[in-house]
Amino acid sequence: MKTTLESVVIKFAGDSGDGMQLAGTLFTDTTAVMGNSIATFPDFPSEIRAPQGTVAGVSGFQIHFGTSGVHSPGDTPDILVAMNPAALKANLHNLKPACTILLDSDAFSKKTIEKAGFGNNPLEDDTLSDFKVIEAPITSLTKSALTDLGLDNKTADRCKNVFTLGIVFWLFSEPLEQTINFFKQKFKNNPTIAEANIKAIKAGYNYALTIEAIKSSFTVLPAKKVPGTYRNITGNQATAWGLMAAAQKAGKPLFLGSYPITPATDIMQELTKHKWTKTRVFQAEDEIAGICSTIGAAFAGNVAVTTTSGPGMALKTEAIGLAVMTELPIVIVNVQRGGPSTGLPTKTEQSDLMQAVWGRNGESPVVVISASTPADCFDWAFEATRIALEHMTPVILLTESYLGNGAEPWRIKSLKELPEIKPLMLETKDANWQPYKRDNEKLTRKWVVPGTPEMQHRIGGLEKDECTGCVSHNPQNHELMVKIRKEKIQRVANFIPEQRYKGKDAKKLLVVGWGGQFGILFGAVNELQKEGKDIAFTHFNYINPLPKNTAEIFSKFDKIIVCELNDGQFANYLRALLPQFKYEQYNKIQGLPFTVKELKNKFNQLLEEK
Amino acid sequence: MEATTLQCLYKPRDYASDQEVKWCPGCGDYAIISAVQKTFSELNLKKEDVTIVSGIGCSSRFPYYMNTYGFHTIHGRAAAVATGVKLANPDLSVWMMSGDGDSLAIGGNHFIHAVRRNININLILFNNEIYGLTKGQYSPTSERGKITKSSPYGTVESPFNVGELTLGSKGHFYARVPDTDVKLMTEVMKQAYLHEGFSVVEVLQNCVIFNDKTHADITSKETKLNNQILLEHGKPMLFGENNSKGLLLNGLDLEVVTIGENGISEEDILVHDASAKSNVLHNLLIQMKLPEFPIAMGVIRNADANVYDKAFFEQMENQEQLSKYKSLDDLFMSGNIFTINS
Ligand code: SF4
Repeated sequence: MKTTLESVVIKFAGDSGDGMQLAGTLFTDTTAVMGNSIATFPDFPSEIRAPQGTVAGVSGFQIHFGTSGVHSPGDTPDILVAMNPAALKANLHNLKPACTILLDSDAFSKKTIEKAGFGNNPLEDDTLSDFKVIEAPITSLTKSALTDLGLDNKTADRCKNVFTLGIVFWLFSEPLEQTINFFKQKFKNNPTIAEANIKAIKAGYNYALTIEAIKSSFTVLPAKKVPGTYRNITGNQATAWGLMAAAQKAGKPLFLGSYPITPATDIMQELTKHKWTKTRVFQAEDEIAGICSTIGAAFAGNVAVTTTSGPGMALKTEAIGLAVMTELPIVIVNVQRGGPSTGLPTKTEQSDLMQAVWGRNGESPVVVISASTPADCFDWAFEATRIALEHMTPVILLTESYLGNGAEPWRIKSLKELPEIKPLMLETKDANWQPYKRDNEKLTRKWVVPGTPEMQHRIGGLEKDECTGCVSHNPQNHELMVKIRKEKIQRVANFIPEQRYKGKDAKKLLVVGWGGQFGILFGAVNELQKEGKDIAFTHFNYINPLPKNTAEIFSKFDKIIVCELNDGQFANYLRALLPQFKYEQYNKIQGLPFTVKELKNKFNQLLEEK
Repeated sequence: MEATTLQCLYKPRDYASDQEVKWCPGCGDYAIISAVQKTFSELNLKKEDVTIVSGIGCSSRFPYYMNTYGFHTIHGRAAAVATGVKLANPDLSVWMMSGDGDSLAIGGNHFIHAVRRNININLILFNNEIYGLTKGQYSPTSERGKITKSSPYGTVESPFNVGELTLGSKGHFYARVPDTDVKLMTEVMKQAYLHEGFSVVEVLQNCVIFNDKTHADITSKETKLNNQILLEHGKPMLFGENNSKGLLLNGLDLEVVTIGENGISEEDILVHDASAKSNVLHNLLIQMKLPEFPIAMGVIRNADANVYDKAFFEQMENQEQLSKYKSLDDLFMSGNIFTINS
């Protein structure tokens, strides 16, 4: 029997060593190529070497795919793949009734069941009675499928994720070709391993085809998307590519000074692959050297970027102040994670907003913007670079773990369709030039880089004379400079698009979001709008400065609710800037994204109240 | 000598900016800046091709006084900023001005890594063994027991020896000079410039206000003949009046001997090899202390090694040749792509 579905959520869960991230990624790639809309959410354990078989060591990869309504990785899975008792235990509280569970029955021994924290064997009592359970002896089937290759036990065991993937492919009538090609390519120097993986996936597929246990398979309809050429992309990769595209559009080499930190490291690793673009990647000795080298590179004329996450951001604080004082163009990407301190390195959060806007000594304004989906990290990295270069200022780009590691299809942009970026560089001597002489419209100074004849000058962290840039301790000059630096950032608002909102006829409730929770917020509001509710949605990417029409939009609604993954930072920011409005809050601080369900509950409650 | 000066693009004073120099009268920094200006003049450096990066401290005001490109950064971070400058534009001649506190305390991490990477930057390290700008606290090079404002009963910690730390960080160029000898400073700075890789020039600098005469035993007119030994590549290690004393290797230790005594002749004296691959003897020379030994001056180590920025750009050029992509569009369209038609 074949059922046709609009969209499905699958979660692959297993030990960190079970290869769940790979299985999830391979499945995503195939569904994307088949034309489905997708959104993914990898959920890593914090400890790379958490004890095997424990709930703390469970690694998950959730994918939501289908024809419509795919704005987020989905609240709860329709299908859970559990490679061991711990993976089952970790997800049991978050399953829909009647959902399908595919599990490896070989992995359920007395010892592993106890380790996972089950009292009794969940396969034998009524723990799973509400669900459709497919018990497959995956470990032993994988081994026997590979016997004639003469592999050692461990290597054969490693293929069980691929065998499982074969079962899932059959369930969704997805073709195997692409994955088989992937193995051929990846293991081209090790044909035995390539063959083992190919055998395993075919064996899993054929097993599902033949056994009685699986009675139905599904077809998921492809999405109605904007025509064009697509590829699957993660937020971190999109960020890296957006930066490279921006540097090319600005006609300057890209420089990245960075230090490894979860979950931002992938951006550095992606950029360093592309030395052929003349991108310079400097892996610094620490976070401070990461940003300081970036400032040096900006001084010397590169499109200069540093990437990090919360704790690294804290270390970079003093240097960001130096970039503010010297008015150099740099981009600082913060892929946010749970804090404070080391916090939750692998979990998502939006709690570095206040730090980005205000977290420096002195009056130290910078532009702060944020991305909203994995694919649009490309556009926001590009925009961050544009603003930095065209307004001679540091720009902080806030993304988050949920975006950085999440993936979705990206309609590929060609360099031709991207706008030019015009750095404010002065390359020949201008008799009227002074290092801090400003443009009247934007209040920007000119970018004159070392090597330019007859324009030698000195900059630094000491307060500057308003025009010459020489060190000045004059009291009036300092106050003036503080105001100029602030005004320069405010004027960026004249060069960005107006804020938009969805729900032109609504009056009662405005949902306000920012950053990476866009898809889930959009999905929740969308569903309520379809139900005919009086609700609208506006999502902020420009944080500082805010778009100029923000107050105008807010004034149209009876109630405003600000939803964010922190304890109310954007809400408080809005209270400080636009105190004439009252803001309700919906906050979640669990290291997890919102769910559509909880948002709808909250919005309904506000809509029903007077 | 006269002839070379005439050929120079600029006179030393052409490298001075229009800013009033604000170091205390009598500060050793004045001699250092005139040596740097002489060096640039003798090397024929174009003003626009020089970038001077400093951290924070008295010495770090240096860039403001030079008519080159300059960047007065934040405390301890000059090496990191200078690294970014060099990688953004490897054609620039990048100089770093820093003090003992700036480079060895708050900036210690950046110092050791810049030395280890061997990036082509010249560091002039002003060692006055004190924090001057904050008015007199002990620094990581202050001698043990030193009484300062932050150590009224004397310090209870042992200092770094700049040369030892440089060699310990895998450094390939280290020189030590007194701020009293502009000619020697100029000579050594020229060699630092010519050395490919990270060059450390330690200047024993006098802070007249907070640590006056701290180097006087080494640098004063009366003592310098016997208390300094100038090491010159390829020359015997002689010092003292009429070069009457010299250095020998006795087992694993150095020994001071007098020529003509106990059958010692000039042939027995060690000959300085700054380019030796092994740094063992360089370390012994760097560690020499008064009163048993003279203090070693001049270019003590100047050895070849892999240069970071050179390798960095070589790799980049190779990748330009080897890459299967010719444009970003190629990259974006590579791998698994799929087309949706209307
Ligand atoms: S305090 Fe010392 S080091 Fe600083 S300028 Fe004065 S004399 Fe020179």
